Amino acid sequence: MNDPTQHGLITLRGMSRERLEGLLDRAQSYVGSPELDDLAGATVTTAFFEASTRTRLSFERAAHRLGAHVMALSPDLSSTNKGESFKDTILTLTAIGTDLFVIRHWLADAAELAAEWSGRPVINAGVGRREHPTQTLIDALTLRQEFGHLDGLRMAIVGDIRNSRVARGHLEALPTLGVQLTLVGPTPFLPNDNPWGVGLSTDLDDELGAVDVVYLLRIQTERGASYTIPADRGYARRYGMNGERISMLKPAAVVMHPGPMNRGVEIDDVVADGERSLMLEQVANGVPVRMAVISEALGGSG
Amino acid sequence: MIVIRNARVLRADGIEHSTVVIEGDTITSVGSEPIVNGARVIDAKGSWLGPGLVDLHVHLRDPGQTWKEDVESGARAAVAGGFTAIVAMPNTVPPVDSGTSAAFAIEQARAIDYLEIVVAGSLTKGRAGNEMAGFDAMYEAGVRVFSDDGDSVPDAGLLRRIMAYLRDLPGTLVAEHAEDRTIAGEGHMHEGIVSSRLGITGVPGIAEDVVVGRDIAISAETGVPLHVQHVSTAGSVELIRNARKAGMSVTAEVTPHHLALDESSLEDLDPNLKMYPPLRGTEDRAALRSALREGVLDAVATDHAPHAPSEKAVPFEQAPRGVIGLETAAAVAASFALGEDQRMFFDRMSVAPARIAGLDRQGQEVEPGSPANLVLFDPGRRWAPGPFVSKSQNSPFAGMELTGRVLATIHDGRISYEGGLE
Repeated sequence: MNDPTQHGLITLRGMSRERLEGLLDRAQSYVGSPELDDLAGATVTTAFFEASTRTRLSFERAAHRLGAHVMALSPDLSSTNKGESFKDTILTLTAIGTDLFVIRHWLADAAELAAEWSGRPVINAGVGRREHPTQTLIDALTLRQEFGHLDGLRMAIVGDIRNSRVARGHLEALPTLGVQLTLVGPTPFLPNDNPWGVGLSTDLDDELGAVDVVYLLRIQTERGASYTIPADRGYARRYGMNGERISMLKPAAVVMHPGPMNRGVEIDDVVADGERSLMLEQVANGVPVRMAVISEALGGSG
Repeated sequence: MIVIRNARVLRADGIEHSTVVIEGDTITSVGSEPIVNGARVIDAKGSWLGPGLVDLHVHLRDPGQTWKEDVESGARAAVAGGFTAIVAMPNTVPPVDSGTSAAFAIEQARAIDYLEIVVAGSLTKGRAGNEMAGFDAMYEAGVRVFSDDGDSVPDAGLLRRIMAYLRDLPGTLVAEHAEDRTIAGEGHMHEGIVSSRLGITGVPGIAEDVVVGRDIAISAETGVPLHVQHVSTAGSVELIRNARKAGMSVTAEVTPHHLALDESSLEDLDPNLKMYPPLRGTEDRAALRSALREGVLDAVATDHAPHAPSEKAVPFEQAPRGVIGLETAAAVAASFALGEDQRMFFDRMSVAPARIAGLDRQGQEVEPGSPANLVLFDPGRRWAPGPFVSKSQNSPFAGMELTGRVLATIHDGRISYEGGLE
């Protein structure tokens, strides 16, 4: 337990297939489970330095369902607004007393720094544009439930990949689980380099007939993405998932989105609310996946 | 009197295993072994003796940010690194941009009697990039090197007017930090493999290339010599190579860290590896090394940029830019680019930078009558740098095993550093 970065979940990079599948199995076992007291007496601190609804709520619900206490930091109401450094905030929360941090931050190295400074395990709930590991596990679990397996599935991740921590998490873990990825979007949305060696495409219509999963991302206006493409409806024309594009998919293919959606841009109502959509299943899997990750981080029995 | 025996001496017509005698501030004899009573005798044990190193690019942080460094601590770090002259960048707080601020900086420099500190002036008033700095008054005070280092002059029209004006002030040099901020934006590392993987906003190489191209064109038109600071890209190297082929007065420097490291070191997001321009791709690093050996890049310059430990102990994207380099420059340059060739080592570390800065007591081969500004360097000594003499410790090389160590530094005939002697 000397190196806290060995516990918790900071990155999926380099994680073995066995551990990934073990987490998915553990999450599956929590689906529909009753309230538990595995972590009675433990304190989980959620420290979110960026806005979040579903991630934060599902982490807190997951901690409660394992019997843990939750301490929640709201940066908009806290000393971070008075100029307190990230480090001092982490040291303060550690001194108050916590067994585990769940960190959401705009800085890419926030999770490992929090682990280093606090000496506590940390779960990355989305840092920078770098990774959002629990979202990746949620999507893997959702696909496994839908298809019965992950090996051999083909997924097109469509949209603002350059700014997407969700996409980067997928890129680090889904290939390990046997999913073949292609990144699709206008050149300004594709990564500058391709260290993962995955497929790249600027033509969505070319990919639609070949994939099992279309994974849509929103345009991250808050990270400046809207300045890198024209401000008209061109994106929706080239990449928006609409009824016509649905008809180009294989019969069993599905559409996913990590939310929040921008209807009418990357996704039309007919798709979002249609039978191909797995979006509510994704959200529902948030709690069991986060229970699995919290439980693993605190050494609870699986 | 100082006698250095048993050294590999850089002479005008070759390397000679020999003995050098220093009297006053001058080298009085090279070659025969004299018998002198009362002389300080140093046995070089075969180490390299050559002209003291000259650094074209140092941030002393004084006045304004003396918790990071001050003139005295920076000068001590410089002599520990084998330097006998450094050029102090003008981005102090307030900056050197007028006759008064130049006179103050020159006064500070004169208070140091063991190192030549050359004061550079800003190109624009307040380094704000809006209007010309007070060139005439600074020139009268003795300033010849002008730079807004830390920033390019963002406005091409202003730079063109500046260089047209400086034509009338002979001996001036425009040194540019080449980085187009409209392209670089808020980037934190090279836009490449690692930035793509970690989702960190990048600074693309072309942010440098477009400024180098622009500046070369303006220098060609006005005839004012251009010095490109801390070249980091293969693209800039090509532009500089072509300008030189065309006979232009364009010189360039490269930092030790850009020679030694590339973006792959940044996977762990260590703030002590954050600087601008950033560590680039492997192909850029290879181009820098070969261009330095070829002479397209004239000089190694440190861009010594001290930041206090607490300032660097923050998340990568919040860390200030810059790393220290004075105490490791010679070892890093030798370890990664110049260690095989004594003449080339002293050319890029001393002779060329002295010529670029116009320093007449620096960068001279070891001959009778030359100023006794010297460094004794053991190219085979293995050591791990740190802790540092500098007030700041933000070195990318702390604890890294390097080959080549400064043994002693002599400034105007006096030993300014001898911490490497056994």
